[in-house]
Formats: sequence, C-alpha cells, structure tokens
Amino acid sequence: MSAATRRVSRFFALKRKYLAFPYILFLILFILIPAILILFYAFTDETGAPSFDALVSFFSTPSKLSVLLVSLFMGLQTTLICLLLGYPAAYFLADRKINRNAVLVVLFIMPMWINFVIRTGATRDLLSAIGLDGGSHPWEATLIGMVQNYLPFTILPLYTTMLKLDRSQMEAAADLGCPPWKVFVRNVLPQSLPGIVSASEMVFMPVMSSYVISDTLSEGKITLFGNSIYLNFSNSQWNDGSFMALVFLVLIGLSMLVTRRFERDPAAERGGGLW
Amino acid sequence: MDTADSLIISLEHVRKEFPDGFVAVDDFNLSVRRGEFVTLLGPSGCGKTTTLRMIAGFSIPSAGRILLNGEDITSLPPYKRPVNTVFQHYALFPNLDVYENVAFGLKNKRIPYEGKDWRGRPKTKYRRLSPEAIDEKVARALKIVDLEDMEDRDVSSLSGGQQQRVAIARAIVNEPQVLLLDEPLSALDRKMRKDMQLELKEMHRKLGITFIYVTHDQEEALSMSDTIVVMKDGAIQQVGTPESIYNEPVNAYVADFIGESNIYNATMAGERTVRFLGASFPCVDDFPLNEKVDVVVRPEDVVIMPSGKGRVEAKVSSRVFKGEMYQYVLLVGKSEVLCRSTEEYDLGEKVSFDVLPKNIQVMEKELVENEFKEAWLDGKGNVLLGEEEISFPVDYRQLLKGSRLDEEGALIGPKGNAYDLKDADVVLRIALDKVELEDDLSKGECQGTIVSAVWLGDHYQYMVRTEGEEDFVSDTPYQWNVGDVVAIHVAPENLRIELRKEISSYERRD
Repeated sequence: MSAATRRVSRFFALKRKYLAFPYILFLILFILIPAILILFYAFTDETGAPSFDALVSFFSTPSKLSVLLVSLFMGLQTTLICLLLGYPAAYFLADRKINRNAVLVVLFIMPMWINFVIRTGATRDLLSAIGLDGGSHPWEATLIGMVQNYLPFTILPLYTTMLKLDRSQMEAAADLGCPPWKVFVRNVLPQSLPGIVSASEMVFMPVMSSYVISDTLSEGKITLFGNSIYLNFSNSQWNDGSFMALVFLVLIGLSMLVTRRFERDPAAERGGGLW
Repeated sequence: MDTADSLIISLEHVRKEFPDGFVAVDDFNLSVRRGEFVTLLGPSGCGKTTTLRMIAGFSIPSAGRILLNGEDITSLPPYKRPVNTVFQHYALFPNLDVYENVAFGLKNKRIPYEGKDWRGRPKTKYRRLSPEAIDEKVARALKIVDLEDMEDRDVSSLSGGQQQRVAIARAIVNEPQVLLLDEPLSALDRKMRKDMQLELKEMHRKLGITFIYVTHDQEEALSMSDTIVVMKDGAIQQVGTPESIYNEPVNAYVADFIGESNIYNATMAGERTVRFLGASFPCVDDFPLNEKVDVVVRPEDVVIMPSGKGRVEAKVSSRVFKGEMYQYVLLVGKSEVLCRSTEEYDLGEKVSFDVLPKNIQVMEKELVENEFKEAWLDGKGNVLLGEEEISFPVDYRQLLKGSRLDEEGALIGPKGNAYDLKDADVVLRIALDKVELEDDLSKGECQGTIVSAVWLGDHYQYMVRTEGEEDFVSDTPYQWNVGDVVAIHVAPENLRIELRKEISSYERRD
C-alpha cells in the first residue's frame, strides 16, 4: 500500500467514526442523562437529600410488591400463550411448500400495522360484546389483549429461526431411530431454542411495563408495573416512581443475563436470535 | 451366483421424480451382497445421493421397490430401518457433546424380550439399553474411530476430521446392517482424506457391515470399493469391480470419468483392426467394418520408443517429472497422447509409440452427431480440420454472447475487447443431417470417398472419408454408391464450435 492510499484510507477511517456522533449525542441526551436522573431520584427524598425512603417504601408496601407479582404473572402467562400459539404458526410459515413467497408472513404481521391504541380500543368493544368485558373478567380481557398485541413479535423471531433449521440434523435424528415426535423434541426444539429465547424477550418485559392495554381492557382493575410507575409520576411521587423504574431496569438486566447463556450455545451462533 | 440369502439390499426399477418434474433416478436396478463395499460414483447431479436417500428412507421412490433381506422397505420410515447414515456435512447435534451424539441412537433403541402382560400371558415387551451397556458401546465405537478421550468434548470444538469420526461412530455404534456414507470425506483436506480412506476400508473389514458409499472422486472409489456403480443422469452406466471398470470401461463416459485416459474417435478398419491417430492397430474387440467407435488407451499402456521403431510417429510436447517416472504429452498431428515412461526424452524430440492389442479398449459409440475434437480456428472466420486443413467458414459470434465481428473478421466482445482466435483449439460438431453431399466437386469445402452406406428406413447414412482420413457421417435421402467421390458441404450456421480453453485466455491485450 502506498503512502498516498494509506493516507486516504486513514482519512476515511476517521470519517467512519464521525458517522456515529449523531447517535452518541442522542444517546447522551435521551438515554444516559435520563438514566442518571432516575438513579438520582431513586435514592433521594423530595428535598433532594440522599435517602433510602423509596427503597424501604417499595419493599415494605404489600400493594407495591403485589404489583410486581401481578406483572410477573401477567408477563409469564402472556409469553407462554404467545409461544404456544406462535411456535406452530411459525413452523407452518417456515414450510416453503405452503408459504411459497413468504406472503403469509405478512398476513401474520399485519395487525402491527394498525395503530395500537385504536386496536386495543376495538378489542375492548369486541370483548365486551362477547361478555368478556373488563368489569367482570379483567384478567382474561387483559391477557387476550396482551397476546393479541405481542403475538406478531413472537412469530417473527421464531419464523427466522425456523427458516434456518438444519434439515440434515433432523434427518440424522430420524436415521438414529427417532419417530417424528421425538425428532421434534430432541432436535427441532433444541435447534429453535434461540428463537424461543428471542421471542420471550420480545414479550415478557414489554408486557410487564405496558400500561395502555391493561388500563383499557381491565377498566383500571389490573395495575401492572408500567401503570404503577406512571401513577407515581403523575401523582408527583418522583422518588418512588424512579425507584420502581430502577427495579425494572435491574429486572431487564437480569433477564438479559439469563438469555445470554443461550446465546453462547453453538446453535445460537449460527444466528436466528434477534440480537 | 447371488443367492437370495447373500443379498442384503436390492433396488428394483427404482425411479425418483421430484415435484418439479425432474427425474433424478430412473429404472435403477442394483443388488448388493452382504458385507460388500459398494460405491455409487458419478458427477454431481447424477442421482447418486438421491439413490442413497431412498435407501435411508429420507426420500420415497416414485416407482419401483427397495428390498432389505428380501423384505419390501420401500416406504418404511427411516427410524424403522436397520440402516444408518454418515452425512456429508456430518449433521452432528451441536447442543450435545461427543458422548451424547454417539449415544443418541442407542438411547432410542428398544430391545424386544419375552415378558408377560398384566394377566400373566406371554407378550413381547421392549426394554431400553442399560446405561452401562450404552457406556460400553459408545466407548467401543469411539475407540474404533480413535477418539477415546473425547467423550466430554463439545462437538463444535472438534476439528473437521474429528467431527467426521464422531459422525462415523454415531452411525456404527448402532450396528446397522447397512452403513450409508454420503461423500463423507469431501470436506476434509487431501492428506486427511487419504488417511480416512484407509481407515474406512479397515473399518469395513473389521465390522463386516455392508457399506454403500457415495462419491464423485474416482480415486476414492477405485481404492476402497469391492464394486463400483458408475452413474450418469440418473442411470447406471456400468457396474463392476474397480479393475474391470478401469480396464474395460463400457463407454467413453466411464473411461473418461475413471482415471486418466486417451480417448479417440476411431473407425474399424478390418477384422480386429481399429484405425486412429492415422494408424491401424490390431485389437481384441470386434466390430463391423467401418463402424465409428471410441477407443480408450490408458497412459501407462502407451509404449514409447525411439523414432522409427513404433507404429505411430510423434513429437514430445511436454514432460513432467513424477518421481518414479516421467509423464509425457506426445503430439500426433494435432492429437495429444498422454503417456508415461521411465526413459527420458527431450522436449520436441521425435519418438514413436505402440499399444498392445489387449490394451486398446474399443467401445461402441452412440453416433448422434459428427464430432471433431481436434479442430482449430484461423482467426479469420474459418475453422480448420485435419492434416489437409479442410477449411469451413464459420460464425465466431457463437463463442461469446453479445459479441460482433469487425471488418477483418476478428471477434469483438460485448465490451469492445478484441479476441485473437488464431490457432485456438475447438471442438467442432455438425449434426448428421447437416452434412450435405454434392456430386459437383466444386460445390463443397472438401471432398471425400464414400466408404459405407446404410439404408436406415427413411434415409441413407453415409460415411465419407477425406484424403486426410477425416470421416464425415451424413444423413441424406439421396443415393450414392460406396466408392463414389463427393463434395462435402456444411452451411456456416450448421457448424457448432466450442473452445477448449476459456475464451478469456484469447483476449487481446495491447
């Protein structure tokens, strides 16, 4: 490489770095500073003096802890139902014979195109028409709304993993004495684990933090973590709200740690996960 | 000689047609003896893997039957067949370690035994293999493939060769009646491939299992197999021992595919006499006089001697030292003769050679068109042929899509690049019915004598021999007699030429 070309390439290398600057600016302004603010408010009182009041109040108030439990439960149930509905659907969609041009995938993703507030409102009317209104069945109504909203997010990562299934491994399993159901349990399921993990990530935490769906469909009867944080802030309890947001942040961190374990799996290295 | 008892697998009229209409295998018949090492050999797309997949049960034949020990297993699912496969890209389970991969099949195994049902009546029950039995079998299989201390290793941490061994262990641990191997060595480097060939052969001898092996590598097939099945376009070309396939190929395709060989267009010049390279050779095969045939001569069967002593005079055009001998390319006119000798001859030296009658393999030729492998171009719009340099005007533009000719007749590529095609070697093909014969000797590009005439129901087929001993075959409705001298004319659009080298090597760079 001549000196001239080296100089040119160095120039461009620097240029490349500059391209990230707008994003870094955005990151600092809207993610880093807010995060620091949350941390600050979580461990101060109304006067701004350092304090653990919010922490003590969170862990000693049963109603706040029950919000956490309810949210976890709602998250788990939604994730499970989404996987049960989405997995076979994704398996079906990944079959090139049935879904030749991937047109069917669009049909499954289409609900995402409708504005989510309108969709949730429509779901409420629909549910009350069949007698599952928020007043009498708040949990079921919320669950149905959640599943309806998050199912496409489950199907997409599962679908991409299914497209990459190694057929020869499935044949090897059959060759080694597995009837079709066992091929599924012992090979297809492990192969699609990265997709299952991604899909769960896409559903579990967002469900816990969402509040529009539970608010609209349970008529305010079910309070999830997101609702609770929102309520705290709208009632000017910034310190309590910030601490709950921090708890949520820790929960996300923990779930990432758990799922990282699967990403080291060689099956995951071939791709198929969403990140 | 093959009793029903000694046969383990028979394929009868097996055909596989895919949904898109592609016929991968057609009317395939093969019987495999117990303990035999059979290799399906052919280029990619010849249907060898499809055949293997039908034996494994991954693919169901569209027609025909597959018998295992005399029982019809044509549509039995793979998990019920006592057959195991070593896959081309191993297909190991990445989520399991070496031990678990090898034990996979054993854990699925159920052993029948005589038990009693709840009323105390005798009933065939099934039990699993005990963990100890599995441990022992896995250890033995891993010992066979030389991976004793690898049980706990992650398969992704193994080298390609080690993964290959795990794949073999995973298959043989189940003690299958037939082991199917789908190009198992294709992903290994050359040295490792050689070692594995020997090891596989040794394993076959020790285990006594029937091996059905698929490969496109003729050397692999020759060195390992008891029986080779040469395939082309979904059909068997020849079945035989490595020796018989090598020494007595049934057609030019097999000869060309198996080993290095000199293949020539030849003509029967008399009783057990075949004429090629401008000379008549005695041979052991007999065909009718003037029949067009293919002749195969293996390089090691060409005997080189000083000029004047042999049957054909030639010139040394290349020499490569191979250690125990030299490999030469001799030129006879424009034809190349590949041969080997321990004697040293210089480049350009005049030599001669001969071939023993038994080493000349004469094969029937399916005559579909006139093919001249030794033609060349003059770069000015003509194709030349033979000693007397018969010249036909031809359209060079067929050599390159989107090309044109400049005012001097040189070929110009689509991007404006010029090609120098002077002395470019080509294969010239002319359809039989496009060779026109004329009584008026001035009307053709060359002339020749009719040496044979056959009435084929609705037309005659003539063979016309030119002075330089080029034979043209012509299908025409008009009548001539043997011995007539005629002019040969071929319209330029009916001459098909194909360069022997990439066209890019003729690109003019100035």
